[in-house]
Amino acid sequence: MSTFNLTDTTASKISATLTKLRHSMGAPAIGMVLTLVVVCDEGNQYDAVKAATEAAREHPSRILIVINRDPREPSRADAEIRVGEATPGEVVLLRLYGELTKHADSVISPLLLTDIPVVVWWPGGAPAKPAEDAIGKLGSRRITDALAATDADKALRSRSAGYTPGDTDLAWTRLTPWRSLLAAAFDQPMGKVAGGVVEAASGNASAPLLAAWLSYRLKADVKVEDSAGPGLTSVRLTLASGGDLTVERGDARLATLSRPGQPTRRVALARRPTAELLAEELRRLDPDDVYHETVRHMAEQSR
Amino acid sequence: MSKKPAQPAAPADDAHQAATAVAATATTMDVVAANPLRDPRDKRLPRVAGPCVLVLFGVTGDLAKKKLLPAIYDLGNRGLLPPGFSLVGFARRDWAHEDFAQVTYEAVKEHARTPFREEVWKQLSEGIHFNPGEFSDDGAFDCLAMMLKEIDETRGTGGNYAFYLSIPPKFFSQVVEQLKRTGLANAPDGSWRRVVIEKPFGHDLKSAKELNATVNVVFPESSVFRIDHYLGKETVQNILALRFANELYEPIWNRGYVDHVQITMAEDIGIGSRAGYYDGIGAARDVVQNHLLQLLALVAMEDPTSFDADSLRREKEKVLKAVRLPHDLSTGTVRGQYTAGWQGGESVVGYLEEEGIPQDSKTDTYAAIKLEVANRRWAGVPFYLRAGKRLGRRVTEVAVIFQRAPHLPFSKDDTEILGQNALVIRVQPDEGITVRFGSKVPGTAMEVRDVSMDFAYGEAFMESSPEAYERLLLDVLIGDPPLFPHQREVELGWKILDPIEDHWATHGRPDGYEAGTWGPPSADEMLARDGRVWRRL
Ligand SMILES: NC(=O)c1ccc[n+]([C@@H]2O[C@H](COP(=O)([O-])OP(=O)(O)OC[C@H]3O[C@@H](n4cnc5c(N)ncnc54)[C@H](OP(=O)(O)O)[C@@H]3O)[C@@H](O)[C@H]2O)c1
Repeated sequence: MSTFNLTDTTASKISATLTKLRHSMGAPAIGMVLTLVVVCDEGNQYDAVKAATEAAREHPSRILIVINRDPREPSRADAEIRVGEATPGEVVLLRLYGELTKHADSVISPLLLTDIPVVVWWPGGAPAKPAEDAIGKLGSRRITDALAATDADKALRSRSAGYTPGDTDLAWTRLTPWRSLLAAAFDQPMGKVAGGVVEAASGNASAPLLAAWLSYRLKADVKVEDSAGPGLTSVRLTLASGGDLTVERGDARLATLSRPGQPTRRVALARRPTAELLAEELRRLDPDDVYHETVRHMAEQSR
Repeated sequence: MSKKPAQPAAPADDAHQAATAVAATATTMDVVAANPLRDPRDKRLPRVAGPCVLVLFGVTGDLAKKKLLPAIYDLGNRGLLPPGFSLVGFARRDWAHEDFAQVTYEAVKEHARTPFREEVWKQLSEGIHFNPGEFSDDGAFDCLAMMLKEIDETRGTGGNYAFYLSIPPKFFSQVVEQLKRTGLANAPDGSWRRVVIEKPFGHDLKSAKELNATVNVVFPESSVFRIDHYLGKETVQNILALRFANELYEPIWNRGYVDHVQITMAEDIGIGSRAGYYDGIGAARDVVQNHLLQLLALVAMEDPTSFDADSLRREKEKVLKAVRLPHDLSTGTVRGQYTAGWQGGESVVGYLEEEGIPQDSKTDTYAAIKLEVANRRWAGVPFYLRAGKRLGRRVTEVAVIFQRAPHLPFSKDDTEILGQNALVIRVQPDEGITVRFGSKVPGTAMEVRDVSMDFAYGEAFMESSPEAYERLLLDVLIGDPPLFPHQREVELGWKILDPIEDHWATHGRPDGYEAGTWGPPSADEMLARDGRVWRRL
């Protein structure tokens, strides 16, 4: 891995340095499949870069990390460029100061790879309407993370109002194994569902989404209740024909699935690291209609 | 070749499909329609197998330990196995469930692709069972039937069983007979029974038909899953994406632009401990009849109306039926046998010196065949197939070599070292696509030479890409047949190969080639006669 620092620089100098570095490394013949723009701050940049580079193993990318620094300083852009032999793609960390923090898109857009998809990810705080954000506008896919919001529930509801095809949220991605397990359980006819409860640690961002999805798809009332955690701990659906279908997970790793007339079974249901969540996001870049319908249902319900 | 996205309002399919849908509770189209939590637009939800038991015969074998058991774990790790999934091992060992679990554990630890996770192992190990016995032992199969019944009750597997015969083919008839006798082959309403068999599917047309007959008297063709693990590979499926999802290649994918096609499967290893299996079989029967002809079919076929099993197989069969052998088999085919030499820095013995090989063995460890596809698209374009052991290195690829430009507005000297354009699908070990084309050499007036451009989607960087066996096992459990060759394809393969084998049997012996080289000189001569050369790999 070679690192290269540029202070008080411009997009064209960064571009030139990237080209030069690639050449001096013997031009690794890697076809990159997308540009990933990560908007974060100094506090979460380390984890975000790590997750993004890991996800890039599956989807070779140019990764642009935008870190806004003190807006009161004079305008300036510093860049740290990392090109590695062990990792595919390239990473550019951009630190912006002063006025420039409001015009990050002017640095980013010349650095996007030509004619292939752009994905924007906010691992921390995100704009209320991602698609209208200056950087968000550059992306065909915009990934937010309600986990980082102080009031996840509220953040998700507001996403519904500002939804544009291409928006998604990692709080939704985290649910895929749960949804997959529940969907598999319903592959065997289950009849009507009278109601249900999703239990999770207080403030869990994914729980209200899971409840909304279940309630929307099953046309039943599904509540969220607090538990001691960690994370999501159970889903209990009361069947109209009597009995409950439950998935319980006390240790964030192994769950038990039980339903009337069938033996209880254990299923691995581990939490996934951010890199895996991101890789899942990058696998499909078309609009996620089911996510949209779920947040919309969530917003409608609370009205 | 992913499953066609399910249409919510699919028109009523034929009765056959409706019947299989009832029997399967995996993620099939009809299940999607009936399940309120599924939605064809919800592409995050993976295809998951329905509750079922996999009964594995031959668990002590190489294939089971290196590929099958690890692939089962990897599927579990990816969340693709249903809750309650159970695995039953069958072997002539005096083992308890725990012993087999231990064997599985070790195989997983050593060979699984994905990281070991305690919770996944717990889920899997709960469903591991073992049934000791010989194939001839009625009692052992009665026990198996009882055990499966019990598993249905304790694990909720609903009478859905897949029987994987990872055993020498000569035992197939005995095992399927036992399955029939014990009623295990018959699926009660609402459940399914499937049988999975591994190559070789016979050693010629006659034996392939016989083998199929023994399986078919018990299991209908729709319940038989034949493994050709090449078809489970990502790059091989990518041939279809490359050809049929793009506008760039299809217009030139024909005799108007293609000069010839080379399909190569080279191994650097010798026969190792497989002497008993390999001798008398040889390279052509071992890999050309199945893998290489499947690759040929995918490269040469017309576009299927959809990627469902029927349409795909129909197109592959059409192309296999159009395959023509060279008029003169002695100039249009070559077989070789490796002699002692140096392979990758190691001194290795010749085939005849390998343990267990008779001194007068005429087995081909190298085969090269020139075929033609007699249809409008390909008439006159040779397809050169070659496969061998103890070659320079391990590589499998399909290379489509294009014709030279009809006119070169350069001086002859400038294009002296310009070859033909090529599009190469690299199947293994370095999966990806290479395009070779001419480019100006910088700093010269107009010197043009060959350069190549590579593409490898992520897989190349991941610790390892999903194993073909993962995909195929999942497809068996879901009941999704497009990636499994039909018996008709197997028979067409033998119809192509049988005349060649007959010719070889009556004409001399294989040409020697030194281990570590690229086959006998006669193979180079075969191409030289056509004014062509093998790609240097
Ligand atoms: N290995 C490969 O790479 C490969 C490639 C392509 C196809 N295949 C096919 O895959 C299948 C399995 O291959 P393999 O390499 O695993 O074969 P293997 O190592 O020879 O194992 C064969 C299995 O069959 C069992 N078996 C043999 N004779 C038996 C008998 N009389 N009664 C009970 N069990 C018996 C063996 O059990 P014991 O331990 O008790 O003998 C062993 O578990 C075969 O059909 C083979 O043709 C393998």
